Amino acid sequence: MKILVCISKTPDTTSKIAFKDNNTRFEETGVQWIINPYDEWYSLVRAIELKEKDPATVIHLIKVGAADTEPIIRKALALGGDEAIRVNTDSSDSYYIAAQIAAVANAGGYDLIFTGKETIDYNGSCIGAILSEMVHAPYISLATHFELNGTLASITREIEGGEEVYTVCLPLVISAQKGMAEQRIPNMRGIMAARTKPLKVVEPVVAEQLTSIVSFELPPAKAGVKLVAADNVAELVRLLHEEAKAF
Amino acid sequence: MSVLIFIDQADGQIKKSSYEVLNYGAAIASQTGTTAEAILLGTVKDDLAALGKYGVTKVHQLANDALNHIDAAIFATIIAEAAVKIGATILVFAQSHSGKAIAGRVSAILKAGIVTGAVAIPDTSNGFIVKKAVFSGKAFANVRIDSAVKIITLNQNSIKVHSGEGIATVAALDIALPSPTVTVSAVHKVSGEIPLTEAEIVVSAGRGLKGPENWAMVEELAKTLHAATACSRPVADTGWRPHHEHVGQTGVQIAPNLYIAIGISGAIQHLAGVNRSKVIVVINKDPEAPFFKAADYGIIGDAFEVVPQLTAAIQQLKGTA
Repeated sequence: MKILVCISKTPDTTSKIAFKDNNTRFEETGVQWIINPYDEWYSLVRAIELKEKDPATVIHLIKVGAADTEPIIRKALALGGDEAIRVNTDSSDSYYIAAQIAAVANAGGYDLIFTGKETIDYNGSCIGAILSEMVHAPYISLATHFELNGTLASITREIEGGEEVYTVCLPLVISAQKGMAEQRIPNMRGIMAARTKPLKVVEPVVAEQLTSIVSFELPPAKAGVKLVAADNVAELVRLLHEEAKAF
Repeated sequence: MSVLIFIDQADGQIKKSSYEVLNYGAAIASQTGTTAEAILLGTVKDDLAALGKYGVTKVHQLANDALNHIDAAIFATIIAEAAVKIGATILVFAQSHSGKAIAGRVSAILKAGIVTGAVAIPDTSNGFIVKKAVFSGKAFANVRIDSAVKIITLNQNSIKVHSGEGIATVAALDIALPSPTVTVSAVHKVSGEIPLTEAEIVVSAGRGLKGPENWAMVEELAKTLHAATACSRPVADTGWRPHHEHVGQTGVQIAPNLYIAIGISGAIQHLAGVNRSKVIVVINKDPEAPFFKAADYGIIGDAFEVVPQLTAAIQQLKGTA
């Protein structure tokens, strides 16, 4: 079985978000970069678990990004995966990025493509869906469990107020979230092995960019907390009811 | 050209988020001088003609019970075909579980630029620019869509639903059902709870509660407010509460009208999931808890004393004591 795991590079979850160049670009100074948590903790780890169960499984990682994303790709390879592919282009447009992944996926003949449910920077949450259409495969989003029996997958997907269990035939695309697997820490052997694993760089295919970011904004600052004494809960209820009109 | 709005349904009922997108789509239509139409797949008990109140002139329905569960591939194929038939150039979905599964596929079929998680009506004064939440709610981006066909998914609770007068025509969609790509083998619904993403009020608690046995008072407060219950990540990770209640950067992201955080310190990852809430109340005995900086109202005190008093005071106000 061949698995393709899509990974993305995002600012660490504790990063302070700021913008530069007249609010048109993300301020990267001082930012720690990580593998997008949904891609790492859930997609990649679940793929590694499948390989541990069936060692004949081949895992490829794919990242659409410039050369500065290679440390993140190596970090992912330290957790697992046989080789990585970097598509040498940078974009914030979901359609364009999905088209790049689709070109690699269509050529590679993968049985299973994992994406994270969203990246924690642009929160697009749609690459998996676009990609699934481009590779003509079923798509299960927001998956919390994945079991494989031959070429038949049983997948649990979150819905509002519950979950649904799907039976789907491979090949397929899924977007993974919490529940799918447990976070792992790469060990020294993995880190050493990652240095020599193949990291292929391919040039992008021709695709249109259908959207572009014009500017960023920060939310208006909070006016400051109004503290109410612990022995005066009635005052809080009055404020919420009369001032905030919250209920 | 017109605006086509996807109406999401489950268990024979139109979802709350659908009313928001109906309003939103209608507002875009009126701003761009066109009409708003809606598409509903599957069967519901609701009166579809009455959706005219939310600003749509026509509701296209493919009433087939096979469509009462989401198959993203089939839904996208039908919606894309309908959009072409109707001549819709702007498609609107909720940024809901179904919207996330389908909208992207439609984008691929129609080669339509997509912006997910929109929080406001697009600015069409110079191009077509959509404001969306990014960095897990810590910022917004204004994104221009350049393609002829455009797709927007609207973040839940971003606009207030209003209804006016109007009756929509209901038309049966004449599109053949594609063969299914997935089979639904089981559905588990958590009964009696308000889905977190749809809740107007959310009562949430963290490690400050010391153990799962202390959640009764949280549930009591939630019940009094007709609120959904939520929790912080450590609480879900230790199994005190189910995972689907975890709000935060890696959990559910919500934007209720009122968020009450009890015994949650307010780590930046937790704030990322809740900072679009309209009003935030923090109850914590630690005056240094970072959550107070993000709160509108706060009580520095012991949750075990404050929460029962709060429930009683609200019951008194509502006359349910």
